[in-house]
Order: sequence, then C-alpha cells, then structure tokens
Amino acid sequence: MSNIDPILLLSAIIVVSTPILLAAIGELVVERAGVLNLGVEGMMITGAVCGFVVATATGSPWLGFAGAALGGALLSMVFGILTQLFLSNQVATGLALTLFGLGLSALLGQGYIGVKGPVVPDLYLPGLRDIPFLGPVMFRHDAMVYIALLIVALVWLFLNRTRAGRVLRAVGENHDAAHALGYKVVRLRLAAIAFGGACAGLGGAYLSLVRVPQWTEGMTAGAGWIALAIVVFASWRPGRLVLGAWLFGGATALQLALQASGGVQIPIEYLQMAPYLATILVLVILRAGRAPGSLGRPFHASS
Amino acid sequence: MTFKTVLLGATAAMGLATGAMAQDDKTKVGFIYVGPVGDLGWTYQHDQGRLAVEEEYGDKVETVYVESVPEGPDAERVLTQMALQGADLIFTTSFGFMEATMNVAQKFPDVKFEHATGYQRADNVSTYSARFYEGRAVQGLIAGEMTESNIIGYIGSYPIPEVIRGINAAYIQAKKVNPEVEFRVVWAYTWFDPAKEAEAAKALIDAGADVILQHTDSTAPQAAAQEAGDVITFGQASDMLDYAPKPRVSSIIDNWNQYYIDRVGAVIDGTWESKDTWDGIDAGMVEIGEITDAVPAEVKEAALALKDAIASGEVHPFTGPLKKQDGSDWLAEGEVADDATLAGMNFYVEGLTGDIPQ
Repeated sequence: MSNIDPILLLSAIIVVSTPILLAAIGELVVERAGVLNLGVEGMMITGAVCGFVVATATGSPWLGFAGAALGGALLSMVFGILTQLFLSNQVATGLALTLFGLGLSALLGQGYIGVKGPVVPDLYLPGLRDIPFLGPVMFRHDAMVYIALLIVALVWLFLNRTRAGRVLRAVGENHDAAHALGYKVVRLRLAAIAFGGACAGLGGAYLSLVRVPQWTEGMTAGAGWIALAIVVFASWRPGRLVLGAWLFGGATALQLALQASGGVQIPIEYLQMAPYLATILVLVILRAGRAPGSLGRPFHASS
Repeated sequence: MTFKTVLLGATAAMGLATGAMAQDDKTKVGFIYVGPVGDLGWTYQHDQGRLAVEEEYGDKVETVYVESVPEGPDAERVLTQMALQGADLIFTTSFGFMEATMNVAQKFPDVKFEHATGYQRADNVSTYSARFYEGRAVQGLIAGEMTESNIIGYIGSYPIPEVIRGINAAYIQAKKVNPEVEFRVVWAYTWFDPAKEAEAAKALIDAGADVILQHTDSTAPQAAAQEAGDVITFGQASDMLDYAPKPRVSSIIDNWNQYYIDRVGAVIDGTWESKDTWDGIDAGMVEIGEITDAVPAEVKEAALALKDAIASGEVHPFTGPLKKQDGSDWLAEGEVADDATLAGMNFYVEGLTGDIPQ
C-alpha cells in the first residue's frame, strides 16, 4: 500500500474514468428526457470501432472521434426510431441494441485487429501543468479528458439554466403534460437519444484511440453497463456523475496499482470484484435518488 | 505459379483415374486458436505454422481454422464440428482447450489431436509445447542488466505452470546479474485483451517499473511502454518488430512450423503416434528475436552467450542451489530441475514477492 504514489494513482483514475464518464453523461440526458436506453455498451463499442477505423484511415485522431460520435449517434437512431415511432419496449430494444452493436462492431473491425492507430498527444498546458500535486493529477492529460468534463459542465448548464433544458426535463417528468403544453415530445427525445449515442461513441473511441490504443472485439468489456449504473448512482445529476465515474474508475485503477506495488495481502479476486460489488452496493444504498417521472414509459400523442 | 498449375493438372489427372478416391485422400488439418490470427503474437505464430504446412504439402492437405475460440464449452462445440466435417488431425493451440480436446477426442477415436502446452494425453491425443522458459532466462538477463529502477514489471496471464515457470526463469537470471532486482507481477486473467494489458502495463510503469515482460499476447503493453518513454519491453510469442528498436529490445518467438510439418507428415504417412514433445532453443522451437542497439553491446553478447549455452545443454535455466519462495530447499548445488517438476510448477523461487493466486 505504501508503495503507491498517490499522484500517479489519482492521475490514472481520471484517465480510466473518462470513457465511462462520457457514456454516462450521454445516458443521463437520455434518461432525463424520459427514455431508458440500455444499449450504451453497444453504442460504445460501435463508437470504438468507428473511431479507430476513421482515425487509421485519415491519420487524424480528431476525425476519428468525430466518426465515433457519428457512428454512436446513427446506431442510437435505430433505438430511437423503434422506441419513439414504433413504440417498441425500451428495455428489450436497448438490450437488443447492445447485442447488435457488439456484433456490428466485430464485423466492421475485421482487418483492424493488431493494427497500430495514430497517437493522441497530451495537451500541453503551460503553467497549469507545473502546479504542485494538482498539475500532474489534473493537467497533464490528453484533450479528451477535458472535453469530457466540459461536456458535463455544459449539460449541467443546459439542464438547469436554459429554457430548452427545462423543456427536456418536463418531457422526462411528465410527457403527457409536456405534450398538452405543445412541446414536441418525440422530436425532443430523438434528439436526446442521438446525443446519448454520440457521447457513448466518444467514450468507446477514447478506449480504442487513447487508452489502449488498438481495436479488439468486445474491448469495452462492460464499461457501458457501469455507465448505466453511474447514472443511477448520481441520481440523474451531472455533478454527482463525475464523482461516481471517479469512484468506479478508482476501483479499477486501485486494483491494478495494488497488484503492481507488490506485497499485496488481499487476494486479487476481491480486487477484481470490487468495481462490480460497488455497483451493486450503490444501487441498493442510493435508492433515495428519484428517477424522472416518465422514465421508460412509452409515449403516444393519442394517449 | 506454373508449378502449382502443373500440380493441379497432375491432381486432376489422378482424380480422373481414381475417381472420387482422390478427394478423400486429401488430409484435412484443423486448427483452433484462442485469439485472432491478427494478434501479432501467440495465435499469429500458430497460423504461420498452418501456412507452413500448406506450403510444404500443397494439394495433399487442406487446412481449416477457427479463431478467437473461447476456452470452455464453445471450444468443444467447435472441435466437434471440425471432427464431423472430416478433419484427420486437429491442433488445439491453447492450454485452456485441454478438457474440450480430451472430451472430443474420446468421441472421435479416429481423429488425431495435438494439444499445445497441456499435460493430458490419450491414444489419439498428443501434447506439445516449447521450452519458453529458456527464452525467458535470456530476457531475464537483459532485463536485470537494463533496469535502472531495479523494478521489473511482469504481466502474467493466468497462474498456470507455464506462466509461473517463465516468471521464475526470468527472475533467476535477472537476480544473477543484478542482486537488487525486484519483480512485480500483475495477473491480467486473459491471454488477449489489449485494454486490460495496457492498463496492467501502465499500472506497472506507474509503480516504477522500467522493464516490462509480458506473458499475454497483444502489443498493447508495447504501445504503453512507448508512450511512457524510458521503458523497455520484449516481444511475446511473435517478434513484435513494429516496436523495435525501443521499447521492444528483443523477443521470444515461437516457431511451430517444423513441428506442424512433421506431425502432418506423420498423419499422411500413417506413422502418427501419441507422444509428448517439449522442444526449446536447440530444436528451433524457441527463437530469440533480434536484440536491438538499445541494449549495450556487452549485455547483448552475454545474452547471446547464455542463449548458446542453453541450446548446447551446457546451462539449464533451473540449476541449483535454488530455494522455493517459502525458504525450503528445492535444488541442491549443481542439481537440475526435472521435467515433471517444471511441467507442474506451482511455486515461486526464493526472492519473488507476492502470492500466486490459487
């Protein structure tokens, strides 16, 4: 335990939590609009492969991230059209989207296994990077880490300080009332779902372009499910979402750091279980958070 | 091209002469892989062996393969299907395929099986493996000489004898050239998962390791080391030359080509028998990839000398005096480990820290 450098551990936590933070903030907006999309994992992995393919083809990781966002959003539209226009069951459709995304990504990724992707440089922040402790922890990462945090801040602003954000929340709380007031429920929800897909895609691409950086089938390895859990953990609030992502990222990073530090007395299996146990505990303890009123309920203008 | 055309013509003529028999005479060889052929590591090398078989025997053989087969019930299904489709010989190329291989072999006594790195045999099941630990010893020497932090990171896959043997062999040599050296082992519980391997490599680098050895098959740890800067790595299973001259300073290359050619040949001749093969550097099954200029000349020389000494049988990587981790005696002065102990190795040698997960 004493061998672990807290600066390096915290810095690792911030990086490890970025993909789940991205996916979770997208899902948060979707759920605040009253839609439950369980297909986060599928959209993440599709984003991972789209990002990697575009980035290796163009040599630009930024175009890769754009491609990932687009890929995730397109896939989420499958879910959007099925649930919003054809009123299919959201839980079943979301699960199907995950399975579909895993298969689709494996197909798209044929021929990209073992290929070396372009390098994403760390963002050089003069001044900030030299602050003792805070500098190495917070300010020596790649740009996507900050973009993710910026997206969270913007979502908070949008939900709490803008008219459009309040309309979105109204739609999520009570879609019949929102409809009666003349808001376009379906159109708004489709936009929210597309945003969620794009964010999940970015999260997936962060794995395939920054973290690993390579493409492998199934490389998101359950990150999408953790993102879903974090949204509940955060009781649908952007601020707590960051905390949740760091907690979950922290469990993973600590597990590896403990092993690498040598002299661990805790069996590794417990460490490997830790993030998942934490997920369950959080789900049980934090029942207090209230879900949006219309979450997961189908809407049709006639009802 | 023309040669192949001639062969094709000859086969066609024979086919005309002997009717449908010619079709059945073709020896069908199946391979199941634990990872994708494009892993540029373990599975890639096995597939190179498959291609060598095709090259050697041309139209006399037909090869099929299934990649990324999970270890477990899926493997049994894939094997059964291969056997039903008329495979004469099937190579199962991962330790975790052992049970599936034994089960399917029992159901298809006429099909021959070759299981890599396992220890269970039957009349129609052979086992084969390479003495990777000989290569690990050479890596250990380079690692011990090269490290400045005296912390060497080791990414283990599963805590099975093959992996533990590698850790011990590398540690013994590293300790010999650098008494201060310390090993940190992270178990990834996967053979091929670039995301997990990259995380493990980063955690080890964060913990101060400036040399990373890996017993997992992807190049992700190499990429992580490259990004970190002053860290060196070794190619695993395959050469991983993309990352030379640094971080990858050398590699262990598994060369299955000759073995696969010999065994397929034995099936064609009808001389195939169940046996256990365990070859090392001298037979060419384990090769040491080029040691790059990132390694000082005298270290390179010492590494090559060790490699030659192991090949000639002059040096055995496990030579006493050696104690087990708990301090009990294992090998007396000058005593050499026997193959049975090595094959079932489930303990660390003295000096290694941490526990082997049970």
